[in-house]
Amino acid sequence: MELSNELMLEMYYAMLRSRRLDERAWVLHRQGKIVFHISGMGHEASQVGAAFALQVGKDWLSPYYRDLALMLCFGFTPREFMLSLYGKQGEVSSGARQMPSHFGLRRANVISTGAPVATQIPHAAGIGLGMKLRGADSVVLTCIGEGSTSQGEWYEGLNWAAVHKLPVICIVQNNQYAISVPAHLQMAIANVADRAAAFGMPGVVVDGNDVLAMYHAVKEAVDRARKGDGPTLIESKTYRPVPHSSDDDDRSYRTREEVEQWKKRDPILRFKNHLEEKKILATKINEDYESKIRAEVDDAQKFAEAAPYPTIEWAMGPVYATEAYHA
Amino acid sequence: MPQLGESVVEGTVSKWLKNEGDVIKEYDPIMEVATDKVTTEVTASASGTLLKILIGEGITVAAGTLLGWIGQQGEVLADSGEAVSHAVAHTPTSNVQLPTSNFKLQTSKELGFISPVVAKLAAEHKVDLAQINGTGINGRITKKDVLAFVESNQDKAKVEELAPWERPGDGDLFRPPELQMMQTQLQTSNFKSQIPAQSVQPPQPPRAPAPQPLAGDTTMPLSQMRKSIAEHMVRSKHTSPHVTTVFEVDMSKVTAHREANKAMFARDGVNLTFTAYLIAAIVPALKAYPMANSVFAGDSLLLKRDINIGMAVSLGDDGLIVPVIKRADEKSLLAIVRDVNDLASRARSKQLKPDETQGGTFTLTNHGISGSLFATPIINQPQCGILGAGAIQKRVVVINDAIAIRPMMYLSFAFDHRVLDGATADYFVAKIKEVLEGWN
Amino acid sequence: MPEMTLIEALRQAMDEELARDECVFITGEDVGPRGGVFRATQGLFEKYGAKRIIDSPLAELSIVGIGIGAALYGMRPICEIQFADFIFPAFNQILNEGARMFYRSGGEWAVPMVIRAPYGGGVGGGLYHSQSVESFFAHIPGLKVVIPSNPKDAKGLLKSAVRDPNPVIFLEPKKGYRLIKGQVPEGEYTIPIGPANVSREGSDLSVYAYGIMHHYCLQAAEKIASEGISVEVIDIRTLLPLDKTTILNSVKKTGKALIVHEDNLTGGYGGEIAAIIADEAFTDLDAPVRRLGAPDIPGVPFSHPLQDWFMPNVEKIATAMRELANY
Repeated sequence: MELSNELMLEMYYAMLRSRRLDERAWVLHRQGKIVFHISGMGHEASQVGAAFALQVGKDWLSPYYRDLALMLCFGFTPREFMLSLYGKQGEVSSGARQMPSHFGLRRANVISTGAPVATQIPHAAGIGLGMKLRGADSVVLTCIGEGSTSQGEWYEGLNWAAVHKLPVICIVQNNQYAISVPAHLQMAIANVADRAAAFGMPGVVVDGNDVLAMYHAVKEAVDRARKGDGPTLIESKTYRPVPHSSDDDDRSYRTREEVEQWKKRDPILRFKNHLEEKKILATKINEDYESKIRAEVDDAQKFAEAAPYPTIEWAMGPVYATEAYHA
Repeated sequence: MPQLGESVVEGTVSKWLKNEGDVIKEYDPIMEVATDKVTTEVTASASGTLLKILIGEGITVAAGTLLGWIGQQGEVLADSGEAVSHAVAHTPTSNVQLPTSNFKLQTSKELGFISPVVAKLAAEHKVDLAQINGTGINGRITKKDVLAFVESNQDKAKVEELAPWERPGDGDLFRPPELQMMQTQLQTSNFKSQIPAQSVQPPQPPRAPAPQPLAGDTTMPLSQMRKSIAEHMVRSKHTSPHVTTVFEVDMSKVTAHREANKAMFARDGVNLTFTAYLIAAIVPALKAYPMANSVFAGDSLLLKRDINIGMAVSLGDDGLIVPVIKRADEKSLLAIVRDVNDLASRARSKQLKPDETQGGTFTLTNHGISGSLFATPIINQPQCGILGAGAIQKRVVVINDAIAIRPMMYLSFAFDHRVLDGATADYFVAKIKEVLEGWN
Repeated sequence: MPEMTLIEALRQAMDEELARDECVFITGEDVGPRGGVFRATQGLFEKYGAKRIIDSPLAELSIVGIGIGAALYGMRPICEIQFADFIFPAFNQILNEGARMFYRSGGEWAVPMVIRAPYGGGVGGGLYHSQSVESFFAHIPGLKVVIPSNPKDAKGLLKSAVRDPNPVIFLEPKKGYRLIKGQVPEGEYTIPIGPANVSREGSDLSVYAYGIMHHYCLQAAEKIASEGISVEVIDIRTLLPLDKTTILNSVKKTGKALIVHEDNLTGGYGGEIAAIIADEAFTDLDAPVRRLGAPDIPGVPFSHPLQDWFMPNVEKIATAMRELANY
């Protein structure tokens, strides 16, 4: 199915927006203004393509820490991201109790995530179970890096999803490195998606830097899940052009040449070229986008810098809930 | 608050001699502090300004309590200046060496382990743990034991919360006999305690109803010292069966000796007084009759090794105090005279050190100074006798069947008839008489 | 008032909660047609069907992980771990995810779930069917830890646990499943999580226990009552959050405290209770605070006499009570 120009420009805008916000975070860190940033650069196509195949507000997310672009598509704002970088009061994912990029957004059905990797996979299966038991036609998308698929959590969660035919879409964003450990030390197979057969679910390998390919693959999986046909494992092949996090130095485990090669295949650049070729994206539009995004990022930074820190009372609790959401 | 005596744990601020804001030099007297034993001037341990007074006049606090701050004008005090009472502490104004251990309840038996709740209950109910039999392991006192004891004592008169000056102190002058025995037990280490577990309580007199003032009457509040004296005197009379025996002494030889040596002593800076001769004469008599230098201990007598003779010094309206000449038997007349001078003058100027009123084994009261001929003095507990010396008066006496005029003095010896019989008491006084009449 | 065993009371609680709230479901190994290896869920599969009583794969991590996901979705899962000895694969999910979710999300995401497991020894279970695990969980703020000792409490507390918006670790003394019988009120009732219960009043010493040890403490107290010793027994019931008030009130009255549990002595939860008593009731203590636990060896031995040596029992408890009373 062809997508409309408007939709494709929206996709492009979403990717660009995520990228510029992400870049600003790196700048702030190197300026010493924030203490930590873990980036989603390079993953924009994987996430934006997926996001556009879902229905915000109806479908649930069980994300991981690189899913900035995905979060922005689900209504997370640059101001909210900046609050998390600066650890300020009112930070939406955790009230600044957690490090940045430990996403959660109640209003958009994005569950809270922590740091132990792969724990979000069984959670996604549990959400899927709830959806099925309640007869909802929602689906749950969960994302994970290829390194984390070595965790037992990943297997056990997907096993459940397959056994009980749950509406779970698991996207493994294979960016080829788990911090410094390359994929071939993580698994003996070439594609994570090859494991899908072992679970008893379809597995799809997608060029993760092709936003349209991602969109179509995820759309197909979402349609299947909504019909009740169960889970899909999607592997998006992509690359991490930056170190694991602001604390990592990737010069110790890969060459600059390799990185430069992959930068040429940058997903945003690729899509920009594609849209320009198709005469959908004019230079002026692009400039407008850039300045609009620039203004938004500047505003977000100022906003977060001016915001107060949380109080000590906020650190103390509450530790226990007095009520819980009922399906 | 300095520790004014080995077993004294508190004192009263009687008088501040300086006000907040006054400039003070080191060693300036800045306050008077009183216990039931002694009233002492406290001098400043530093120069500066008296920044803050924390404890006001008339207030009694534990030894070690911060009384005030001396510092530089305008200095900000480190804490809020709140008074905090400590049993032990170092205070900025104290110039007395404080003991390093907390005050220990002195009891007459080994109490064993005292658990936290037992200690708390004992303090709350003011229970003397020595009186309780423990039923816990190794005979320890349990919570139940304390509670049972309290319950069984509910009918007995409750010990009211008394102000410090209304409670007996534990200085020599005022320590109850049973505790005095503990003190002396520490001093004579080779003496085995035969003190019964139950402390000997003197019988309590029935209380007379308080007199009501009539119109025109003036109520004069008693000083703390006066109250202590009153209490001690009553207790002494109720403890010892007093008998007084009176002897007459010819003081001509002493008088002559004194006339001859007064000037020479004066050159040594001492004032040769009759008191000194009396003390010097008591020494050989105590040596000859050691029972007169003893303490009644229930079923035995504690014969004191040291001869420490206290001399009563009147402080006028403020009361009386008894500084002690220690080891008088080791002292020459000159040494005794020096002591007498020194102690008497410092007693009157309230500069006695705490230990100087402790440890006496015998007391001399020179009541003749104020004109009295003979008297029936009250024994200074826990001693067993007190010698009163009356005024020296020229009287007509018969010597070798002829009339003569001699300077005569009555010695009134009041003694504890539990310890001494009349005969021994008389021999004792006769010895003093012999020494005085034979002076050369 | 009807009398029933501990296991029957638990089953009734679950039955009633399943009937009351459609979002309640049970998952775990063998909970379906088998009715649970201890028959805790006997008859429930027939009554409520496969959508409410769900047999899980043999993977404790995922039993809890799926439960968390479902709870986040708004379901009310009761997750059964077959033996507490096997709960450890799920440790990461319980502690890092379940316990911390509410706090880490700034109060946005509660986890209303129950994790039930039989615990405790004396059943010939050896090292891996006899463990006490409560001290691991009572250590983590954000969890609740409940251990009933009798049928009435078991039913009332399990119902409260299902309704609690927080993750509740519900440990059941398996030796008491059929051994402990008691009267259970008819009709709807719950027992609040939190308050301890003074099950026997006394004046000479305070004895604190939970699980089947509480049962034994009552028996021991009866036994030495004839010797003139008056024992006050407190059933802790909820280890986290701990009812300090009831605990302290008792020892302030008696002056002597004994804590009994079948867990290893060192690091057992008795240490925490003892520390609280020593700290906050010091001036009321007439004796050292004592604990009676199991020997510090790596598990309950299988061979019968060795097991008997390991387990605290009525005799050992009575001896400890006597010693303390006579101190």
